[in-house]
Amino acid sequence: MDLIKFENFYYRYKGNEEYALNNINLKIEDNKFILLCGETGSGKTTLIRCMNGLIPQFYAGFYKGKVEFWNGKNTVETPIADLSTEIGIVFQNPENQLIAMNVEHEIAFGLENLGVPVKEISKRIKESASITEIEHILDKAPFELSGGEQQRVAIASILVLEPKILILDEPTALLDPYMANKIINLLNEIKSEKNISILISEHRLDLILPFSQQIILIKNGSIIEHGYSEQVINGINFQTLRLNKPVIYSIFSTLKKENLYNKNIPASIPEAVRSLK
Amino acid sequence: MATEIPIIMIREIAYTYPNGTEALKNINLNIFKGELVAIMGKNGAGKTSLIRTLNGLIIPTQGNIYIDNESISSKSIATLSKKVGIIFQNPFHQLFSNSVEEEIKFSLKSFVLDKEEIQIRINKILHEFNLEKYRKRSPLNLSGGESKKLAIASIICRDPEILVFDEPTLGQDAKEIEFFINLIKNERKRGKTIIIITHNIEFAYEYLPRTILMTDGQIIADGPTKEILNNEILIQQTSLILPQIWQFRSALKENNFPKTGDILSKNALISYIRNYLKNKSLKI
Repeated sequence: MDLIKFENFYYRYKGNEEYALNNINLKIEDNKFILLCGETGSGKTTLIRCMNGLIPQFYAGFYKGKVEFWNGKNTVETPIADLSTEIGIVFQNPENQLIAMNVEHEIAFGLENLGVPVKEISKRIKESASITEIEHILDKAPFELSGGEQQRVAIASILVLEPKILILDEPTALLDPYMANKIINLLNEIKSEKNISILISEHRLDLILPFSQQIILIKNGSIIEHGYSEQVINGINFQTLRLNKPVIYSIFSTLKKENLYNKNIPASIPEAVRSLK
Repeated sequence: MATEIPIIMIREIAYTYPNGTEALKNINLNIFKGELVAIMGKNGAGKTSLIRTLNGLIIPTQGNIYIDNESISSKSIATLSKKVGIIFQNPFHQLFSNSVEEEIKFSLKSFVLDKEEIQIRINKILHEFNLEKYRKRSPLNLSGGESKKLAIASIICRDPEILVFDEPTLGQDAKEIEFFINLIKNERKRGKTIIIITHNIEFAYEYLPRTILMTDGQIIADGPTKEILNNEILIQQTSLILPQIWQFRSALKENNFPKTGDILSKNALISYIRNYLKNKSLKI
């Protein structure tokens, strides 16, 4: 099933002459772990903003084409409030999306607005707090928390809405590698427990590649490749983009050029060891 | 080196936050002019508190700090920040003007310069940082990488003698990291002293000769980066994540690959696998 479908979609921000997105045709499938990859300024954040109606409803600009969902809704006619329960987005800086006085209220906020019964709310809070491991900080104020905790609260407050897809825009950009690794592992658990899709834009390719099933490559506002991770990382587009490629990528691509290695470039260390045996 | 007076001398400083958290405990440190130093350690180790003491944002609850052999305790933040430029992790904590150009202008405000000189400096810095095309744009409408660049530009334009960066490579792509590496190389050529808080072990290993390792408000190691980062016991204490090269080396060792001990760099790893594959194909 295609959760989100872009058809001949163009977008430019008000005041800019250049299009931030050019003729996007893209299908986001259900139950997939998808990595969105591109250099800074390539349009990753803009593309994400188009997935829950922030564009065109909130940001001023001009668009052509359409973005539709599996249930017939679209980003032009359906209010953002409706879409946000189905398409959950977590941004880079959790400070910008945490507003309540304590973590429990923060997580309850979305459900209260939807008029969900109190019993159901507390059941869902418990569940999403457990999966994100924040049960011990439910009574703390969001500003008292560390960056990693804040980001987990932001994820919990989206998960509680039971979206079909969780979209994250550089969720670890402000975290240290230890926390970043923890968040990425958490996302993988969420994916397999909830059977939802995860779409993530992330610079730490060494941490994320072992988990991603598909990769979307974006350059200058156009999607230049979308496919299974294995194919994409072995292709020429991935090779030429200036991304933070993992060390094992550069090692195995060097060996490949020397004709010493002819299998696929591995995405993780265990895979790399296996390929040498 | 022995007779030279350090540009930064920290003597037995401690700092306790009003809520009782002991952020710094008995820190002693010398940093010499022209040094390039990494400060590493896990979140909450006291790294950011330590650098905040350097320009008076935090006043130690005990001990003294000397910059250029003068105690900083009686100096204002405004005076100190001409000497010590700190670039924080989150650029939006330091950007507040209406446009990119205004941001730089504000930064230069405390210097006695005439209008023309200010304009010349603004143009120069925007050119160097490739931000000319965003001159009139609000800092809030820049991408993550560009806003980080602007935050750096707004400090560099003041030409402070000591530059301090908090996590400069975090969330940056390969192109931006390369820009940053060139920047610190140039500033170092100009004799600047540079201190960088980073979690990026690979970056520190390659570019920063000296490392100060912190945990729990204390300095637990200080010395050549390569020695410190090859000490697995120290690394585990600070819960830093090992670079992929070392993870790979351990994985090879666990899988009984022979003689993995010498693999300390990417090139060493490439030649190891190269030899391994060549031997393997000979056997077949």
